[in-house]
Amino acid sequence: MHHLIPLLVAVPLLGAGLLVAGGRRLPRPAAETVACAVSGGTAALALVLLLNSSPPMVEWVGGWRPVDGFSVGIVVLGDGPGLGMAALASLLTLAALVYSWHYFDEPPRRHAGSFPALMLLFQAGMCGFAIAGDLFNAFVYFELMSVVAYALTGYRIDEPRAVQGALTFAVVNSLGAYALLMGIGLLYGRTGELAMTRIGRALDAHGAPDALVLAAFVLVLTGLLVKSAAVPFHFWLPDAHAVAPTPVCMLLSGVMVELGVYGVWRVYGTVFAGPGGVPAPDAQRALLVLGALTAAVGAVMCWYQRHIKRLLAYSTVAHTGLFLVGIGVLKPEADDGTALYVLGHAGVKAALFALAGILLDRYGSLDEHVLHGRARALKGVAAMFALAALGLAGLPPFGTALGKAVTEEAVGGPFTALYVAVSAVTAGAVLRVAARVFLGLGPKPRESAAYETTGSGERPETRQRLTRVPDTMTAVPAVLLAAAVAAGAAPGFAGVVADAVNTAGSGGVRVAVHWTRAGVLLGLLSALLATGLAALAVTRPALLSAPDRALPLRRLQSGHVGDYVAWLLVGAAVLGALALPGVLGG
Amino acid sequence: MDVLPYLVAGWVFLAGCYGLATSRNLIHAVGCLSVCQAGTYVLLLAVGYRDGGTAPVFSDLKPGTRPVVDPVVQALALTDVVVGATVTALLLALVVQVAKRHGTVDPDELGELRG
Repeated sequence: MHHLIPLLVAVPLLGAGLLVAGGRRLPRPAAETVACAVSGGTAALALVLLLNSSPPMVEWVGGWRPVDGFSVGIVVLGDGPGLGMAALASLLTLAALVYSWHYFDEPPRRHAGSFPALMLLFQAGMCGFAIAGDLFNAFVYFELMSVVAYALTGYRIDEPRAVQGALTFAVVNSLGAYALLMGIGLLYGRTGELAMTRIGRALDAHGAPDALVLAAFVLVLTGLLVKSAAVPFHFWLPDAHAVAPTPVCMLLSGVMVELGVYGVWRVYGTVFAGPGGVPAPDAQRALLVLGALTAAVGAVMCWYQRHIKRLLAYSTVAHTGLFLVGIGVLKPEADDGTALYVLGHAGVKAALFALAGILLDRYGSLDEHVLHGRARALKGVAAMFALAALGLAGLPPFGTALGKAVTEEAVGGPFTALYVAVSAVTAGAVLRVAARVFLGLGPKPRESAAYETTGSGERPETRQRLTRVPDTMTAVPAVLLAAAVAAGAAPGFAGVVADAVNTAGSGGVRVAVHWTRAGVLLGLLSALLATGLAALAVTRPALLSAPDRALPLRRLQSGHVGDYVAWLLVGAAVLGALALPGVLGG
Repeated sequence: MDVLPYLVAGWVFLAGCYGLATSRNLIHAVGCLSVCQAGTYVLLLAVGYRDGGTAPVFSDLKPGTRPVVDPVVQALALTDVVVGATVTALLLALVVQVAKRHGTVDPDELGELRG
């Protein structure tokens, strides 16, 4: 069975190659069918492998096994979290391809294969990163998925905003990737190994951590945290997500950013967790501080947006912060909860982006203020939007609610309050949009010359504005929402996820994961708070959205790529300072 | 251990970052990103260097007769070059589009995405 793992990368790559080669001759439906079949097939393979991933599989590609303790081969891992992320990425790619079926307007008219081919390449990059067992291949796939993501973000090259957002995204992420590579180089220099488990063992054999280990830790984590959009590495994300085509947004927010968090979890757990790595209290401090900061900044910025996709992008930033806190406490229960949270969040967030895309294609705008009351006719879309917002808040029985509840219990104390507050504020912002856009509640917000990105002037992604919403575009968010509910409600599912996560990491400690009374109450509290915040924002707009209050924070998001690079360096320095004490003491 | 190559690698990387942060021209910024990447090449090659080593090509060399530099990092550096070429090409294409759509390549004048 383990020989099949590399196919998770090879199949979509082959499919993409075929589509690029034959795309000029293929009619559009054929190209899209091929792409859906390939990504669906890969998803099925990932699921089959996932079901057989206990005990975890390891595959040395091409039979290049270690000889006398030395390895030069490429190792891929087939354990629960890796295959689970690969399956999630594949399923979301399939959803995005179905969503864009026939309606997404593509600039190169004579080449039907280009967009589906890029999506398949993106899928291959994400799957490869998820299953990579050695650091250098993790870097290569990191770059593959990043480069394809830049191209997809700037796919509509006629749009001034799209090319600007893609450029910012590309510069910041590439710089992060080079930092990651520098860290990998340092680790290789110390240990002579590239496979993660072997680096970890060699570091432990070397003794207590020193400056080199700290430098490698900071550089590797900088790369991964740029991808997971932790504050202050997050500036690229809103700019990229606001301008990317909707199907691409679903993938970027639903799984690519989470892959960064997964990378942090994987690399810390296998490389740096031992006695030769970075001591647990220091890693904990670094991840918790950055995670809490990310969650708070993301939530505040989310609240002040009027561009709907940008608002959703900031909500992704906020939730990534929560994920980082979840893996940062280094407890098996929190890891399990975070895994469930990521799964539920992927469904909910992808559904929200898909629904925002319907608004764009139907009304030619993504501006909360311009769309005020205009979408009254879309009853089904409105219901799904509100439901997804409640899912974002963590209303039981969504998967987000179960994951959040489990993590909340594990992190404890002030972090529990952070979880409740952040999910309530982000979901409140989404509910506010729903109330204004779909119901026309409250007074129409006054225009102000604030420092902000409006959502008007966005071009629909379909050839002409939709007069009726196609079934594929409504079916995809419906299925995604159903999946997000199933992740929390399906009996036994949470236990399977927890088992898979604990087998791969957490030192083999097994914990049971289930609904508790406190968890349900906290979920209900978040949903209630979100509804209250949204109601207050709609009825008394002046009270909660005074434009000047968050202005200092909003000015940081200047759209200037040089500023973002400077923040990246600041972030790396902060990360080093947070992790420093243990290395000094050791 | 000779630390000079490592210092050079760090210096080149940071010089590229400085250029990126203060750039007034996007083409210059893309160049600076390549400078950052050049820092990673220097680091990788420094990691693999052996005193008195020669190229790890065994066509005219009997294995074990003299030290060779580490071929793994050279493979890594080559892969890195390929990645860098892709990124630079894509970035320059995006800069061309920015110049067409915004009429400028000065990042100070691109103010549409903010807040």
